[in-house]
Amino acid sequence: MTDINADGDASARIDTVVKSNPVVLFMKGTPLFPQCGFSSRAIAILQHLNAEFESVDVLQDQGIRQGIKAYSDWPTIPQLYVRGEFVGGSDIMMEMYESGELKQLLDAPSGAAATQA
Amino acid sequence: MAADEIADMIRTAIPDAVVEITDLAGDGDHYAARVVSESFRGLPRVRQHQAVYAALGGRMGGMLHALQLTTATP
Repeated sequence: MTDINADGDASARIDTVVKSNPVVLFMKGTPLFPQCGFSSRAIAILQHLNAEFESVDVLQDQGIRQGIKAYSDWPTIPQLYVRGEFVGGSDIMMEMYESGELKQLLDAPSGAAATQA
Repeated sequence: MAADEIADMIRTAIPDAVVEITDLAGDGDHYAARVVSESFRGLPRVRQHQAVYAALGGRMGGMLHALQLTTATP
C-alpha cells in the first residue's frame, strides 16, 4: 500500500502516485481489509487477473478522499488508474473484466497508451 | 432516495434514456441502474457513466452511496 506523504496539496500528491505507478487503485480500506463492497469487488477483479497494483486507502487521508473525486471528475471510490489514465470505478471494471478488455489493458506493454473503450 | 426519483432525474437529463432501476437490498439505499441511450453512442464508458452521474446532480457518492451502474446503447 502506498502511504502518501501528507505534505503538499492533494491533487499534486494524487498526480504523483497516478503517474509513478502503472496500476493504482484508490479504495476504501486495504486489499486485505476492504471497507466497502465496491472496493472489495475492485480488489477481487484485480486479484483474479493476477494484476500487480498499488493501492491507496482514501480513508487514511481526507484530502485524498475528496481530491480524487475532483481529479477524475468521478464521484465515487474505488477508482482505477492504468498508466496514468483513469479507467473507471468498480462497475466499469466489472464490465471490462467480463469482456476481457481489462485483462488486455493490464497486459498491454507498459509503453502503450491506455485506451478507454 | 426512491427508485422513481432516480429514474426521473436520469430521464430529465437524458430524455431518450430507457432506465431500469433495481432495489438491490430492499432498503431504498442500494440500487442498480441500467441506462440505455442513443446519446451514449461513441462515448467511452467513463463518459457514459459521467453523463448519468451529472443527471443525478451531485447526489452520487453523497446521499446515493450505492448505485451499481450499467450503460449501453440501443
